[in-house]
Amino acid sequence: MDLFLQQIVSGFATGGIYACMALSVVMIYQAIHHLNFAQGEMATFSTFIAWQLLAWGLPYFAVIPLAIGLSFIGGFIVERVVFKPIENAPVLSHIVIFIALFAIFNSAMGFIWDFSIKPVPSAFGEGPLYEGSLLSKHQTGMISVTMFVLVLLWAFFRFTRVGLAMRAAAANPQSARLVGIRVSFMTALGWGMASAIGAVAGILIAPVVFLEPNMMLSILLYGFAGAVLGGLTSPLGAVIGGFIVGIVENLAGTYIPVVGGELKLPIALFLIVVVLVVKPEGLLGRRVVQRV
Amino acid sequence: MSAILEVKGLEASYGQLQVLRGLDFEVAKGGVTALLGANGAGKTTTLRAICGMIRRKGEITFDGQRIEKLGTEDVVRLGVAHIPEGRGTFGTLTTEENLQLGAMTRPNNSDIQADIERCYGFFPRLKERRNQQAGTLSGGEQQMLAIARALMLRPKLMLLDEPSFGLAPLIVRQIFDILADVKREAGVSMLIVEQNASLALELADHAYLIETGSIVISGEAKAIREDESVRASYLGY
Repeated sequence: MDLFLQQIVSGFATGGIYACMALSVVMIYQAIHHLNFAQGEMATFSTFIAWQLLAWGLPYFAVIPLAIGLSFIGGFIVERVVFKPIENAPVLSHIVIFIALFAIFNSAMGFIWDFSIKPVPSAFGEGPLYEGSLLSKHQTGMISVTMFVLVLLWAFFRFTRVGLAMRAAAANPQSARLVGIRVSFMTALGWGMASAIGAVAGILIAPVVFLEPNMMLSILLYGFAGAVLGGLTSPLGAVIGGFIVGIVENLAGTYIPVVGGELKLPIALFLIVVVLVVKPEGLLGRRVVQRV
Repeated sequence: MSAILEVKGLEASYGQLQVLRGLDFEVAKGGVTALLGANGAGKTTTLRAICGMIRRKGEITFDGQRIEKLGTEDVVRLGVAHIPEGRGTFGTLTTEENLQLGAMTRPNNSDIQADIERCYGFFPRLKERRNQQAGTLSGGEQQMLAIARALMLRPKLMLLDEPSFGLAPLIVRQIFDILADVKREAGVSMLIVEQNASLALELADHAYLIETGSIVISGEAKAIREDESVRASYLGY
């Protein structure tokens, strides 16, 4: 029973990371209706920036806002420079550019910081939260930060004018233009925010999996699985999906003997396939109906 | 009366197909101008061209400023509210959020809430539905919402694309009565495109008749309404 609880709780903690990745995938999907394959590499790049700042001796409380801010600007610039010009291009052009971005970020990281793995200290300290606790200090931190980010985002979209404008631009770009919203600027803002969320996810997961250029490869897949499971049109769904994927992955790894540690990743892929076959719009997503 | 909108030699095409072939017309300040014509005459295209939703050639002067090179967002920011065909409702957002979006280009202050209340004054039905998802409103309510959203901009000019489309006669009557109120109380100039010519001519001061992308007749709404031959050959009632 203890093992079961332990697995659920630590699944919940990693699920938080998947939730963040799922959320950043959904943010971009809402704006441009494509899945950004380079999301993971961009998040890893942000994490490397954080690591570099730490290595230069900056304290954690300064590093985190700096890394997140730089990631926001970076995401914004990527959209302006690379995606704005191909706004109306067919889906294949987007995919090619996603792959290009993936390769560019990946090799740039290898070039600047090399491919050796680097330990990253946790911002929350080592060891269990208290004597006999199921959660470590870092896991507790991961869960709290994820929750905090979610509440912050929810409040942003619910209560601010920019948040409302972003929702409108995603829901109906043409009408949004007709009320004077600069839709393409909103798309760039979405990219910036997605990158910032990715940075949070990267910085949180790095102490668990060690930092190297391919760190996010599998995590992004879990993020995709979470986003698809929850519904690509629903940020809340993506978050719930992320948590579910984290828990399912952990339980399957522990209780299904053939799965073990190595076959966890196919579970994510399996989940994607099942959802797409059984309920393509996901748990909370809307079925996209197009009038013709 | 001076013109709020002046259009000269407006041309627009969809790919190879030229839809507008050099339109000239004006909308008087504080007045209502109707564009009439059959399906495919180019009425909707004219409105879309004014707002920069399609590529256009010619001269468009709004409130003393040339706007034919501006993008949609910038035309809107000058005070042109376009109520598109199909109403352009943000279906997943609530009625009140739709209204707030109408005022998106205005500075953030308490006037906006007052204007929302004023819109509820014109359309009490919307107040009852304020927290409902706009996509679940009836067709008539969505048309009301579209007009209210346009008013939230505090526009100088409203472009209305077939406000009667797909609505029951009773609702259409109601909407045109409200438009007459809006014209009287808010002093907004309007350019209205309609298939229902008799209704539009009642509201309008001036009217133009379009046929295959050119203006064929222009005149006082009253005169056009009373002209037997125009009515018989173009308006069909």
